[in-house]
Amino acid sequence: MSVEVKTDRSVVIKQSMSQPKQSKLKDFLSVLMLNKAALVGAVIIVFYILIAIFAPLLAPYDPYAIKLENKLMPPSGDHWMGTDDKGRDILSRIIYGSRLSMGVGFAAVFFGAFFGIIFGLVAGYYGKWVDSIIMRMMDVMLAFPGILLALAIISALGPSLINVTIAVGAFSVPLFARIVRGSTLEVKRLEYIDAIRSLGANDLTIIFKHILPNILSPIIVQGTLRLATAILSAAGLSFLGLGAQPPSPEWGTMLSNGRDFLFSAPYIAIFPGLTISILVLGFNIFGDGLRDAFDPRMKK
Amino acid sequence: MLMFIFRRLLQTIPVVIGVTFVVFFIMQLVPGDPAVLLAGEGASKETINGIREQLGLNRPLLVQYFDYLTNIFHGDFGTSLKNSQPVLDEIMVRLPITMELAFFSILITIILGMAAGIISAIKPYSLTDTGVMLVALLGISLPSFWFGLMMMYFFSVKLQILPVAGWDSILHVILPSLTLGAGGAAIVARMTRSSMLEVVRQDYIRTARAKGLRERVIIYKHALRNALIPVITVVGLQFGSLLGGTVLVESIFAINGLGRMIVDAIRMRDLPMVQGGVLMASLIFVIVNLLVDVFYRFFNKRIELN
Repeated sequence: MSVEVKTDRSVVIKQSMSQPKQSKLKDFLSVLMLNKAALVGAVIIVFYILIAIFAPLLAPYDPYAIKLENKLMPPSGDHWMGTDDKGRDILSRIIYGSRLSMGVGFAAVFFGAFFGIIFGLVAGYYGKWVDSIIMRMMDVMLAFPGILLALAIISALGPSLINVTIAVGAFSVPLFARIVRGSTLEVKRLEYIDAIRSLGANDLTIIFKHILPNILSPIIVQGTLRLATAILSAAGLSFLGLGAQPPSPEWGTMLSNGRDFLFSAPYIAIFPGLTISILVLGFNIFGDGLRDAFDPRMKK
Repeated sequence: MLMFIFRRLLQTIPVVIGVTFVVFFIMQLVPGDPAVLLAGEGASKETINGIREQLGLNRPLLVQYFDYLTNIFHGDFGTSLKNSQPVLDEIMVRLPITMELAFFSILITIILGMAAGIISAIKPYSLTDTGVMLVALLGISLPSFWFGLMMMYFFSVKLQILPVAGWDSILHVILPSLTLGAGGAAIVARMTRSSMLEVVRQDYIRTARAKGLRERVIIYKHALRNALIPVITVVGLQFGSLLGGTVLVESIFAINGLGRMIVDAIRMRDLPMVQGGVLMASLIFVIVNLLVDVFYRFFNKRIELN
C-alpha cells in the first residue's frame, strides 16, 4: 500500500517538475536563437565537427604522404594552403588534425567535468567536513598557475597526446567542482528535495536524479568555455613538443613545425593557427551566448 | 585590516603545503623505479640498492615527503639530474627574467584592457563598442603561441623593426610582453566594460548626473573608481595564466626564463628541476593572490569608510 502511495506522489512531483522544465528549454532556445553571435558560434562548431567526421572524404591528399619534390610549395590551386617541408598537403593535414585537436579537447573536458561534477556534487550535498576537505583540495589545484599543473603531470607521465588529455583534464576538475558545488548548495535547499527525501529516496538518487539534472545549465556553459581553453592548452603543449609527436597532423605540432620555416614559408604556421583561432572563437561566442540564454536576467 | 592580513596568511599555509604535496606526489607517478633510472641501463643490483639507500627511496613515501618539505623550507629544492647543480641556484638565475616579462605583460594587460573597457563602456552598443569587444573576443581566442609567431613574422621578419628573439634590451621586451599580455587585456577589457555598465546604472551615478556634474567627472571620478574593484580580482587571476603562459612565450622568443627552464627540464627528464620550477611558480602565484586579496579588501574598506 505504502509503495502505491509513493508511486503516486512521485508521479505528481515528476509531473509538476516536468512542466517548467519544458518551458525552460523553450525559453532557452528562443533566447539562443535571438543571439546571432551564439548562432554563428554554433555554426562554426558544427562545421568543424563535420570536417572531423568526414575527414577521409574531404581531404584532397594523404596527410602523411611525404613527397619531397612538392616541398614548401606556397598556396595554389593544387594545394590551397600550400605544402610543408616534407611536401605534405597542409589542408589535408589540418582536416585530419581536427580529429586529434578537437578529440583531445572534448576528451579533456569530459574527464575534467566527470570528476569535477562528482566532487562538486558530493561537497555541496554532504557539506561540513566532506565539503571542507574536497574544496581545500580543489583550492590547492587552483593554486597552480595556468598550464603548470599540466606540465608537472606530463613531466611525470611522459609526453604523449593521451597524457596531455589527462593533464589538461586535471586542471579543469577544480573549476567544474566549484561551479557544481555552488549550484548544488542552492538546489539542495529547495522544497522538492525535502519532498523527495521524505518519500524515502536515498542520497545517490537525490544527487544524480534530482539535483544533477537541475544544475546542468552552468555545467554546460562552463563546459563550452572550457572546451575553448582545453583545445588551446592541448595545442600549446603539443607546440612545445610535449603532446602529439611528429608526423602527427595535430594543429599545435604543425604550428611547431611551421616555426622553423617562418622566414621562408610562413603559411605552414599561418593556417593551423588560423584554424585553431576560428574554432576557439566559435566555442567562446557560443559559450557567451549560452550563458546569456541561461541567465534569467537576460530574458527581459 | 591587520587582522585580515593575518587571517589570510594563515589560510595560505595549508594551500602552500598542499601545493608541495601535489608536486611531490605527481613525481611519484613517474613510471619505473627512480633508482634504476638514475643508475642507468645495465647497472648492478648493488649499485641500484646503493642509490636507493643514498636517496632514502626505500623509506615510506610519507617520510620522504616530510623530508622534501623540510628541505624546501630550508631552501633546498634538490639537485639537477643533468648538471648536479642545486635547483634553486638555477631558479634564481631564471626567475628575475620571468618576473620582468610578467611585469611588462601585466602592465599591458592592465593599461590596454582597462582603456579598451572604458572606451567601450562610455558609448555602449555603439560601433566603437562593438569593434573593441570584437577585438577583445579575438584576443581571448587567438592562441598566444600563434599570435607571438605572427607578430614575430610581421615586425621582425617583414618590417624588421623589432628583434626576433632574446632578452637584452627594451626592444626585446615589446613582442613577448604583447604576446603574453594581449589575452589578459582582452579579458580585463570585457570585465571593465561590464563592471562599468553595472556601476553606471547605480543610484549614486544618477544622483551625480542630477547634480549636474560633467560626464567626464562622473565617468572617471565616480564610476571608474567603483567599477575597478572587481577588475582587480580579474587582474590577479590573470597573473596565474600569465605565469603559465611564460612557458610558451619564453619558448617562442628564446628567453631564458623559468618557463623555458621547466620545458627544457621536461625534455631532458630532469625531474627535480621541473619539480622546483613548478613549485616556485606556484608559490609566487599564491603570494600574488594573497596580495590581490589584501588590495581588494583595502579598496573596499576605503569605499565603506567613504
